[in-house]
Amino acid sequence: MSRPVQYNEKVKSVEIPEGYSGEGFFATSFDKVIGLARKNSIWPLPFATSCCGIEFMATMASTYDLARFGAERMAFTPRQCDLLMVMGTISKKMGPVLRQVYLQMAEPRWVIAVGACASSGGIFDTYSVLQGIDQVIPVDVYVPGCPPRPEAIIDGFMRIQDLIGQESMRRRNSEKYKELLNSYGIQ
Amino acid sequence: MSLTSDYIKQRLTEKFGESISQVEESFGTLSFAAPKDLNLKVMQFLYDDEELQFRFLTDLTAVHYPERKGEELAVVYHLYNFRERVRLRLKVYTSVESPKVFTATKLYESANWMERETYDFFGVEFVGHPNLKRILNVDEMTYFPMRKEFPLEDQSRVDKDDEMFGRGGHIGI
Repeated sequence: MSRPVQYNEKVKSVEIPEGYSGEGFFATSFDKVIGLARKNSIWPLPFATSCCGIEFMATMASTYDLARFGAERMAFTPRQCDLLMVMGTISKKMGPVLRQVYLQMAEPRWVIAVGACASSGGIFDTYSVLQGIDQVIPVDVYVPGCPPRPEAIIDGFMRIQDLIGQESMRRRNSEKYKELLNSYGIQ
Repeated sequence: MSLTSDYIKQRLTEKFGESISQVEESFGTLSFAAPKDLNLKVMQFLYDDEELQFRFLTDLTAVHYPERKGEELAVVYHLYNFRERVRLRLKVYTSVESPKVFTATKLYESANWMERETYDFFGVEFVGHPNLKRILNVDEMTYFPMRKEFPLEDQSRVDKDDEMFGRGGHIGI
């Protein structure tokens, strides 16, 4: 006779990182553990200005369900977020606003440019549109498409996860990183 | 009494005589041009007159005609009479070297926003405007993007090869 309560026996868990294990202990490096924790609990900040934002809404909804990747907690304050998702056309007048949002995020922070407009200005090769958000803030992953399908956004998101999982704990203090931020005028 | 185009035309020529030019009717709206020094006088007359009563400024914009020497910029006012539901188009021409036109903000409050916009895109200087500065474009912009000498494309970009994007050669591919 089957039990009255059915349990989900197919719980998916992440793979254990490389390390030494023995009776009652497991030893590995901080990089791996913290990377693992960070990449599976990203708090995204959606900065949606046009049609890519609509695709993102589909990505968040039940069919595609970004929550499967541990990113169901959208926050609309940059101070709590790790990942800035820029989706849509950013006009030159919006540039300083986007930069301000980026500056308000705490380290470590990542940026994903979703769609042709955020990546390069897209079809808006015109006087009023910023020709890619990488003119004002550093970008980690670019997602092509006009607009990209939810699968593409999820693919970009998983690449961000890979970056986060593999990032060294010292990267944000390195000279190279400081140089990168300095090239954007960020101290 | 309904306000007919003929009647408006007659009243305008009675008052301003030869100054009123290019009188025509297009898309069911009477359209005429006036010298730029008279723009306020004409609008004041249209506003105050008991029968005309054009007391609402629907739209204000400019058009750039590079081939018309000395009168490259046309400032267009769309006026409206609420009582009779009649529209009117007034054009004022000015040269691009000295694009100074008197402001209509004293007569119509709605001109404030639209004159700033027209300044932003065409560089028309509205003399007497209380706060004439850019409104839609970034403050750092150094040119007036809707003038025809400026191409539509962003000239500051360096990452795209002109040839691959059909730019730089001839227009209208």
